[in-house]
Amino acid sequence: MPQANAAHLTTAPNIDAPDDFYEALIEAHQGLSTDESHAFNARLVLVLANHIGSMPVLRESFAAATLC
Amino acid sequence: MQKRYGDNVTDYQSLRFDYRRHPDQDAAAPVRRPVVVVGAGPVGLALAIDLAQHEIPVVLLDNDNTLSTGSRAICFAKRTLEIFDRLGCGERMVDKGVSWNVGRVFFKSEEIYSFDLLPEAGHARPAFINLQQYYVEGFLADRASELPLIDLRWKNKVTGVVQHADHVELTIETPEGPYRLEANHVAACDGSRSSMRGLLGLESKGRQFKDRFLIADVKMKLDRPAERWFWFDPEFHRNQSVLLHMQPDNVWRIDFQLGWDADPEEEKKPEKIIPRVKALLGEDAQFDLEWASVYTFSCLRMDRFRQGRVFFAGDSAHGVSPFGARGANSGVQDAENLAWKLAAVLRHQAPDALLDSYGHEREYAADENILNSTRATDFITPKSEISRLFRDAVLELAKSHAFARTLVNSGRLSVPATLRTSALNSPDTDAFEGGLVPGAVAADAPVIRADGRAGWLLHEAGSGAFTAVVFGDGGTADRAAMAAAEAGAAAGVPVTTVRIPIDEAHALATRRYDARDGTVYLLRPDQHVCARWRRADAGIVRAALDRALCCNA
Repeated sequence: MPQANAAHLTTAPNIDAPDDFYEALIEAHQGLSTDESHAFNARLVLVLANHIGSMPVLRESFAAATLC
Repeated sequence: MQKRYGDNVTDYQSLRFDYRRHPDQDAAAPVRRPVVVVGAGPVGLALAIDLAQHEIPVVLLDNDNTLSTGSRAICFAKRTLEIFDRLGCGERMVDKGVSWNVGRVFFKSEEIYSFDLLPEAGHARPAFINLQQYYVEGFLADRASELPLIDLRWKNKVTGVVQHADHVELTIETPEGPYRLEANHVAACDGSRSSMRGLLGLESKGRQFKDRFLIADVKMKLDRPAERWFWFDPEFHRNQSVLLHMQPDNVWRIDFQLGWDADPEEEKKPEKIIPRVKALLGEDAQFDLEWASVYTFSCLRMDRFRQGRVFFAGDSAHGVSPFGARGANSGVQDAENLAWKLAAVLRHQAPDALLDSYGHEREYAADENILNSTRATDFITPKSEISRLFRDAVLELAKSHAFARTLVNSGRLSVPATLRTSALNSPDTDAFEGGLVPGAVAADAPVIRADGRAGWLLHEAGSGAFTAVVFGDGGTADRAAMAAAEAGAAAGVPVTTVRIPIDEAHALATRRYDARDGTVYLLRPDQHVCARWRRADAGIVRAALDRALCCNA
């Protein structure tokens, strides 16, 4: 299984159970208004960013999330 | 001049200084002075005192005859107090000021966390004192009046500046008409609307923030600890921020964010201010409104702080938002950086190139201050919907998650810049742990002085000369102390030596400097570390002194 490393962003598949994760993500937004969902997402980004910690990896994440 | 110095009942706010005719005004040809400092605010006064302590005569010009109107800059940081100590007025500032280390942050109606800016003991000075700017200027002016080398001329307004190859010519307007004066060097410490800058056709450029703030100083008895309280979006002032600070004389500073659309003239009226203060303190609060001001701010700086023989210092050179207390504090550090360099050049101990390093080092520090200030401002006043969304997300998470508290930015409070990239530093050749890298300000620690009494490392290393801090009392340390003296004699600059034994009483100093027997730190006159070694000989100390004075350029 590919492992996240401190130096680079992993974009290869890395989630144990992709369908379970996706369902859980949508589930987490159940019952929230659009504004509440946006606020939830913002908190989620911050929580995950702290977990990642590494600034180079976070910068690569911004690049990966930018569609171009 | 009203000579009522030395007492604490002086009303510094109403103090007026007399204009006095100076013989220079009657001279047939303009008189040449080594240094003219323009502006007797905190920066100009600190610079003049420092120069006088270096035995350089200085003319200090001020276009007015009063001290600061209103409390203005109120937060003076540990480093500034250490500088004031060296200038001979730190004790008075600290005695009068309100010392504080703790800040609390609130979001809506809840406290989300608190922080301690100086969590460890063993420093002579607190993280901050709050003290009205007119006291700071008054105490500095009192100190300046004790120094015969300072020639302070009130109501002397510079109206013309011409740069020549070997001097600057100033035209000065007085109540009795104009006169001309020449100076080898001029320091422009004349504030954010610097007329010196304008006279030289120069600009300070940057970013203006589209927001308005109200400062209200209110006098009241309030039983609260001396802490910095910062509210994001409180119930009593929705969608804006509020900052509360204690000042001496039962005066409290309240800073209300108003938004860009607020009408500054309207907001200055007591009938607008009083309800805002009551919303914070309660309907039955008893207080007097001392002073109020509505302000906007910009983060900007001049491209170059050195312009030929004119040196810009403080707000004339750079501007920041008030969040972080980086205005007056960085200005005093500019003054300290410039003073010893001007003194060394005027005494022919260093070439003119040393003065270029003033610009390089303080532009670097200004960039750091502007970066911190801009980031704090963007957090406090989000510029877009998404910025506000993330800001609020951080504040919500900060209630229960420690990581989010590190993201909350209500102002990263002033600490001196570490001049890592300065050409005056000698790079390490020996291994050291900890933060006291070349370029850092020397750390304070308790010491036992030669006379057996308790003292502080920075006081002992505060002679205004280069200082070798030598740890231990073995042979290596003795040789290092001798090497420092020898190197100073060879370089033609005095080097003071401070000996720190490695024992129980000096455990903190030893730890902070990662010292062993024979370790030497070479401090510049402004107490920045410029070199350090495990073993020193006269050759390497001399080379470091030459480098710190630009003598090998």
